[in-house]
This record gives sequence, C-alpha cells and structure tokens, in this order.
Amino acid sequence: MKALILTVAIITCLGLVLAVVLYLVAKKFRVEEDPRIDEVEKVMPGANCGGCGYAGCRAFAESAVKADNLDSHFCPVGGNDVMAKVAGILGFEVKAKAPAVAVVRCNGTCANRPRVNEYDGIASCKVKASLYSGDTACAFGCLGCGDCVAACQFGALSMDPETGLPVVDEEKCTACGACAKACPKAIIELRPKGPRGMRVYVSCVNKDKGPAAKKACAAACIGCGICARTCTHEAIVLENNVAYIDPAKCKLCRECEAMCPTGAIHGINFLKPLDKEAVKARIQARKEKKEEK
Amino acid sequence: MRKLIVSPSPHIHSKDSTRSLMLDVVIALIPAVICSVVFYGWRELLLLGVSVATCVLLEWAVTRFLMKKPSTIGDLSAVITGILLALNVPYTLPWWILVIGAVVAVGVAKLSFGGIGQNVFNPAIVGRVFLLVSYPSQMTHWEQPQGLFGVDAITGATPLGAAKEGTLGQIDYADMLFANIGGSAGEVCAIALLIGFVYLLCRRVIKPWITLSIFATVALTALIFWGVNPERFTDPLFNLLTGGLILGACFMATDYVTSPMSVWGGVIFGIGIGFLTMMIRYFGSYPEGVSFAILIMNAFVPLLNRWFHQKKFGRK
Amino acid sequence: MARRTFSIGGVHPHDSKISRECPIEPLPIPPVVYISVSQHIGAPAVPVVAPGDKVKVGQVVAEPGGFVSAFIHSSVSGTVKSVGPRKDLAGNNQTHIEIAVEGDEWLETIDRSETLVTDIPDDNKAILDKIRLGGIVGLGGATFPTHVKLSPPPGSKCERLIINGCECEPYLTSDFRTLLEKGEQVVVGAAILKQVLGDVPCTIAIEENKPEAIAHIKEVIAILSAASPKFAGMEVLPLRKRYPQGGEKQLIDAVMHRQVGSGALPISVGAVVQNVATSLAVYDAVLKGKPIIDNSVTVTGECFLHQANLLVRVGTPLQFILDYLGGIPEDAAKVISGGPMMGRAVANLDAATLKGTGALLLLTEKQTRRRPETNCIRCGKCADACPMGLEPFLLQKLSRLGDVEALEENAAQDCIECGCCLYSCPAGIPLLDIIRTGKGAALAAIRARNVKK
Repeated sequence: MKALILTVAIITCLGLVLAVVLYLVAKKFRVEEDPRIDEVEKVMPGANCGGCGYAGCRAFAESAVKADNLDSHFCPVGGNDVMAKVAGILGFEVKAKAPAVAVVRCNGTCANRPRVNEYDGIASCKVKASLYSGDTACAFGCLGCGDCVAACQFGALSMDPETGLPVVDEEKCTACGACAKACPKAIIELRPKGPRGMRVYVSCVNKDKGPAAKKACAAACIGCGICARTCTHEAIVLENNVAYIDPAKCKLCRECEAMCPTGAIHGINFLKPLDKEAVKARIQARKEKKEEK
Repeated sequence: MRKLIVSPSPHIHSKDSTRSLMLDVVIALIPAVICSVVFYGWRELLLLGVSVATCVLLEWAVTRFLMKKPSTIGDLSAVITGILLALNVPYTLPWWILVIGAVVAVGVAKLSFGGIGQNVFNPAIVGRVFLLVSYPSQMTHWEQPQGLFGVDAITGATPLGAAKEGTLGQIDYADMLFANIGGSAGEVCAIALLIGFVYLLCRRVIKPWITLSIFATVALTALIFWGVNPERFTDPLFNLLTGGLILGACFMATDYVTSPMSVWGGVIFGIGIGFLTMMIRYFGSYPEGVSFAILIMNAFVPLLNRWFHQKKFGRK
Repeated sequence: MARRTFSIGGVHPHDSKISRECPIEPLPIPPVVYISVSQHIGAPAVPVVAPGDKVKVGQVVAEPGGFVSAFIHSSVSGTVKSVGPRKDLAGNNQTHIEIAVEGDEWLETIDRSETLVTDIPDDNKAILDKIRLGGIVGLGGATFPTHVKLSPPPGSKCERLIINGCECEPYLTSDFRTLLEKGEQVVVGAAILKQVLGDVPCTIAIEENKPEAIAHIKEVIAILSAASPKFAGMEVLPLRKRYPQGGEKQLIDAVMHRQVGSGALPISVGAVVQNVATSLAVYDAVLKGKPIIDNSVTVTGECFLHQANLLVRVGTPLQFILDYLGGIPEDAAKVISGGPMMGRAVANLDAATLKGTGALLLLTEKQTRRRPETNCIRCGKCADACPMGLEPFLLQKLSRLGDVEALEENAAQDCIECGCCLYSCPAGIPLLDIIRTGKGAALAAIRARNVKK
C-alpha cells in the first residue's frame, strides 16, 4: 500500500515539475507568428504539391500573408474558390482565373510513330532524354516512360498501354503543373480548360522540317502552315516548323482541325464530332466569296 | 530495319547475380551439412529437408498469392534460411516445431518486411530465437546422437550448458574442433564450418572483417574474465569453439542484408556481437548468446550504416 | 608484375582485346562525309564554309565558338553540299557540314611523308598556336580542347606530364596499336607536350596487359634520349590491369599517389594528363602541319567476323565503316561508340564519326541485355567497386527521392560515371542510370550557389 501511494506521489510531483518547466520554456522560446498564416493554411487544399511555386501550402500561406496583393499567388489546385477564401482572410481582392488543365501535346501513338530502336534502361523519361532522342525517329515526342504519371499527386495521369502515351483525367487534374515540370521534352502544357472543356490544340511539338517530321510520325505537325492561313482569328502562329494555337484568341471554330493534313490538331469535348467536309466546304465558299470581291 | 538496343553505359555486366552469390553460400554450407548428417544420422537430413521445403514453399506462396509479384525463390535465399535454421536446432526436435520456426523465419522475419533485402533481422535467427522462447524444453533437449556410421559422440548437455550448470568435466578441444560434442547440428563440426567460410572468402562473397572482429572480441573478453577468475569463467578457446559461435560468426552475422556495408561498420558490428555474446554466456540466464547478440546488433545496422562511410577519393 | 595502380575500388572486366593483332589500316574514303561542328567539350564551332565551296584536306571548315572550343578541318577534298542539322549518333539534331568527296587533294602545308621528325622547335608559344590551329582535342574520350589544358591557370604549376596509354576499357585496341606502330611519333609528341608544360618529367603509363607496347616505348625512349636532351626525363610506367585506370583522377593517383580533390582540376596536384592518340595528334600538328582529320578506330566484337583497327577520316558515316567490314552480323544487338564500360550506344547508324570516336563495338543481346531489377541485397559490391569511394546504393536511393542536399553531402557530384557500380551489381539495379540524374541535380545546386556568390 505504501509503495502504491509513494509511486503515485512521485509521478504526480514529477508531472507537476515538468509541466512548470515546459510552460516556462514555451513562454521563453515562443515565436511570434502572424495568426493569419494558420488561417490561410487551413483553407488551402493541403496537397503540398508545389504547383503554386512554393514548397508547400504552409510556405504559400507565409508568403501570401506578407505580400501586398495576391497577383503573384495562385493555388492551381484549389482554384478560384480557395483564392477567394484566402483573399477574404487577408482582405485582398482577387481576380478569377480561367481554370486550366494539363494537355499532352504528342500524338505519337505506337501506330503513328514506329519504333526504330529498343530502349533498355531504367524506365525514366529523364534518363532516357539525357541519353538520346528516344526509341522513335521523332526527337521531340513523348518518351513513354511515365515521369509525368509518377509526378502527378492526384492520380490524374495514366499511361495508355495501347498508344504508349499518357492520358489526362480532366476531372482529377488540378493543373498544378507538376507533370509539365517533370516532362523532359516539355510536351505537357497547361491550357485553359475552355467553355464546357471544349478546346482546340496542336498535339505535336516536332520542330523538324515537314518531310523529316512526317517520316518519323504519321500524325506530326509538319509545319505546312495551312492552319495558320485558314484561321480567321489570328490565333495560330507557326514557329520552328510547328504550329501553336493561342487559347486566348481561339474561337473554337475548328476550321484548322478540319484542314490539318496530318490530323495533328485536336478538338476535344465538343458535343458533335467534326464534320470535316462541311467545314471545308464552308471555308471554300468563304474563299470564293473573297475572290469574287 | 533492325532495331538496335540503346541503353545508358555500362553495356556489360559482371557474372555475379543474387542467385550466384546465394548459391556460393549454399555450397559453403555443404561441408557442415554433410558433417551434421554423418554425426546425427538420417533424422538430421529429414530436418534439413523439412526446413528448406517449408521456407521455399512459403516464400513461393506468399510472393505469388499475397504480394502478387514474381516469385523470388530463384535467388536461393530461402534455401539458405532453411539450412541455417535446421543447423541451429537439436536434431531431436519434432519436425512440426521446425515447420513453425521456418514459417516465422521466412514469413514474419523476411517477407513481412518486403522480402529479400528488406528485412532488418536475420530470418534464420529470428526463427531459432522464436523456437527457443516458445519451446524451451524441446529446443534444449540434447540426446546421444545415432551417427550414420556409428560415429560416437558424447552425451548430455552441451558444453556451454554444462559450464552454466557447473558440471563441465574435462574438455577435449580436439573433440570440439572435430565435432564430437553435443549441441545443435551446426555447432558440431567447427572445421566443416571454417572450410565453408574460407570458400566464401576465396570466392569474394563476403569480407572477413565482421567474422574476425567477433572472434577477436570473444577471445579478448573471455581472456580478461578468465584471467581474473579462472574458477568462475570459462577460457577463451572454449568460448571460441563452443555453441553456435562459428556458425553465427561465419554465416549469420555476415548475411549481406542484416550487416553493415562499410568495413568499420562491420568491425563495430562484430565487436558488439562478440561482447554481447560473452555477456550473455557469463551473466545471462541462457547458456548461449550468439543468436541474441546478432539480433540485437542487427537493430543497430541502419545506425552503423549512417555513421560509417567509405573513404571518399580526394577528400579528408 | 606491376604493382602500381589506383587506391580505391575498381573492377576487372574480361579483357576481350580480340583485335589486338590487327594492324591499323586506312579505311577507304567514303563518298560523302558529315563533319559535326560539336566534336569537343565546350562551345560548338562556327562553320566558315558555305554550300558550293571547294575544300581540300586539312582546310578549316569551322572556327572556335568560344574560349573552350576548337577548330574543325575538312577531312576530305571536295565540295560542301550543305551546312545544317543532321542527326548525331544519339538521334539529336546537330549542325553538320556535308562534303561530297572529289579526289584526295591535301593542303600543300601538310607534310604527308612517313619520315620521323624529331626536331622540336623551341618557341612554346608557336607550338601552342599550332596545337590550337590543328584542332587538337583530348582523344581519350572527353575531347577537351588540348591547348586549354596546356595553358595552366596562373598560380598553378605543372610537375608531371602523364601520357595515358592504359586503354583500360575492354575490347579497345586502337591506342595499343598506335603505341606499337607509331611509338616514335607518340614519344616525340609527348616530348613536345612536356616542353610546353615547362620541361616537366613525363610518365607514359601503360597497363601490363600490353607488354609489347611497354617494351617498344622503352626502346624508343632509350634511342631518342640518347640522341637529344629534349627527350630526357621520360619514362614508361607499367600499371596493374584494372578498370578505370585510364580515368584522369585514377591515373594521377596511380602514377603520382596524389588525389585530385572534389571539383578540382588535375593541375591542382601538379599533373597534366594527355592520351596517347592526343600525343600523336600533337606530333602531327606541330611537326607535320597536319590537323586532326582522321583517327584510329577499333571495330570489334565477338559476334563480328572482321576485327579491325582502322584509320578513319573524321565524318565517315558509321554504316560505311561497318559495311566495309561486311555489315552488321545477324546476332549483333547493340552498336557502341567507344568501350563497353563508358561508350555510348548508337541509336542512329547514319551518324558520322567524330574526332573522339575511338571504337565501334558490336555486342550480342546476351552480352549486353540488362538484367531484370530485383531487390537490393545490400551486399556492398557497388561501394567496393566505386573508384571514387562513393556509396552507389545510397546515392541511387537519394537520387530517386530527389534529395539534392543529401546527394551533395554524399558526394554524388564526384561520380565519374565509370559504370563500375552497375557492372558489379548482382541485383541488376540500374545504379548509374539513376545516379546520373542525382549527380546532375547536385552539380546544378553547386553551380547555382556559386553564381549567387
């Protein structure tokens, strides 16, 4: 009995003494911190993906609290909702940004782009890219080792075994940009999602001249410039033998897509499939009208 | 057109593979296996068979059905675990107890950590210690062996057990060296074990530092205690030759996976094993301590790997 | 038996010098050559010819594009067809000068006779200039411009010139043949180099698996040093066979017992290392007026019927060389430019040779196929093999994690990419593949920090 009481007494005293010590230490070494940092961090998605350019959500919050405005801060994962909340806490105004999505700009499926050699090394695009141009004749296209898939923290990317290319799950993609950073060939681009997800883009980054590009891949952009000449919105620029559609200017008329000789231009999430002949007829009619004038 | 292979350099590889290294260990164990069968009879062979079969079957089943990975039995590491476990138990042990030991060794100590290369503790030793703690009477029951060719062996307790009880009589070191003592199968013939150890050294499968530092530490510790009080403590040579020390030092402490990678890490590892072994032998309640010592030092391996590094070129 | 070698790690791959008995023979000139402007470490050269221009052998076709850069000369006579992008052996676009061959007309300033010149001029500045104008780069593999290496930064002093005749990579024999057939020229070239470096002693290091070369060079040195004081202080040092003995840092360690620090240059311990082929090129440039327009290439492999050591004009398509020797055999699965340990796998056989192309090696699938990766068994063989004393098993883990700080702490930046770790790994882990990325990250971090300072 005596031992029991003694044990309880000693433990209690020890607990009290340590509590006091802890209290004093906490008081002495207390770090003054802006309480808003915690508040901001609380509304963040907490994925710590680094898509905003900061090491994690906490770092983003610390920086946002110190900033004068939120122009240089944007959480791609949380999007406008989260930024509105952050702005509310910090008393800033925030402009809504168009939601973006990762777009894989390569069309070099196994069928389109024959393999000309066999890669036998670690399955890493980074290693493969530093070694050579890849196992196809296209030195610009997807290497197919899935560095982007590994980089995605949201499970939005997967390799399609049939095409050998990564596929983006638009529902899951948060446009954090980790995949774009991971891709050594800079194939993945973050593009505005577009109305109801509709968008038109050039699914190729091959800078080789037409014949070489065509030889390497049946669906390559050969830099022929037909799309740029067809576009009535000046949305397409041709540089280094490859076309690029400016999403800000594109009006989704899909004329370029209809005219592209190799099918390198993709329009996705449209309600109706593209009626190439109808669009071509429309363009032809417009041309003739112009010539008449 | 011909499709050439393209890969980063180097383009050739040495002939060593996990399998070939493990095969070397199996070969190195053959003298000890033969010795134990000769001295303990066919029953020892049965135990070896049961142990190896359980280990291999279990590894095959678990990798195949639970982990859903290509089976790793081809690398022969399960075979080694099986042999070592069987050499570490008395030949009188009922076979079903050995099966339990093998399941613990491969299932718990190896595969639950993720299979070969991932385990922290030596599987065979975990299996043995599990049995020692769970079935103490069967695990310490030594009987006069019926040798294959009528080889005569002494009866009763192991020399270490006898020393603990204070009933150790006259010791014949030659007997210990050439296998005429009681104990686990693998403790029996020191020469056979040392032949295997030399084979591993010659094939450059293992490096001698761990083993030598265990021997040196055991000898030194025993020398000090024995020198102070020869009445109470056993002498160095006795300690080197008895128990599972040679088997443990040559084959279990040198297991790649559960030993440090650097030379100095290995030396410290060996000193720890040697010292702990002697402490358990002299002051512990068990007569033998090699298994426990190796297990305890296994836990320090990550730390030793962190502390001791190789000397880097052109750096202090 | 020679005892000297480097102090840490190393491996002993099978020698496989099956082409060692084949004398160096000139390869016919191909109908078209493609001369890359990027044949050296540093800035690519700038083409100075245009399509339609007539060129002769030895004429400058591209000028240095920076301080660390080199002249490039036409290896044939004929007409420039085009200057533009063409795929190199890795399949990447690189500017090439395409020249259609017409005859074989050399510049008059080149002495094409076989007579040995031993008369070394005294003017070091003129010699350096000739080396620079001759487009000489290190032919041991790194292709670092030689004149830059021969101009030590102020404050550092060269104490010994080492001529690297190790040829430690399996299969390669071009340096061995050069030592045997052009030993005199190599020694004279070495004497020129040593004079430029301030009359330092010179060691010609040769691995002991080439006893004929060791004996021959010893004899040559004895004869030449008796004739002229300019050849004093030269010696042959046999080294124990071990890979990567020919690595610059390892060779200095073996010869001088000094270890070059992390990130430091050999000159920091007073050493300058030049390859045997470079030494020959220096002789040619300084005493014969001949720039680098050809180099000897070992073409070999067990699956290959016609082993050869060929004298190949720079810019010859690889396919042309292989066709000359009977084409690629059925069972060859990989073509390697260089040795099996550090050479580069060829993705594009239409690519042309460079100054630094020392070998074409053909390996079968069985010889070269990577093993499937299994779990690390922590055997430590990679760490034993690493000649830099690194721990590849640790570095590969850190590289996979992308932990740049820890990579730097564990000296990933010191990796010389010799391939010993991957060679020796029994579990088939692609150690070097992964460590290269980690090394790159660590080097980038160090550079970024230095820029900030």
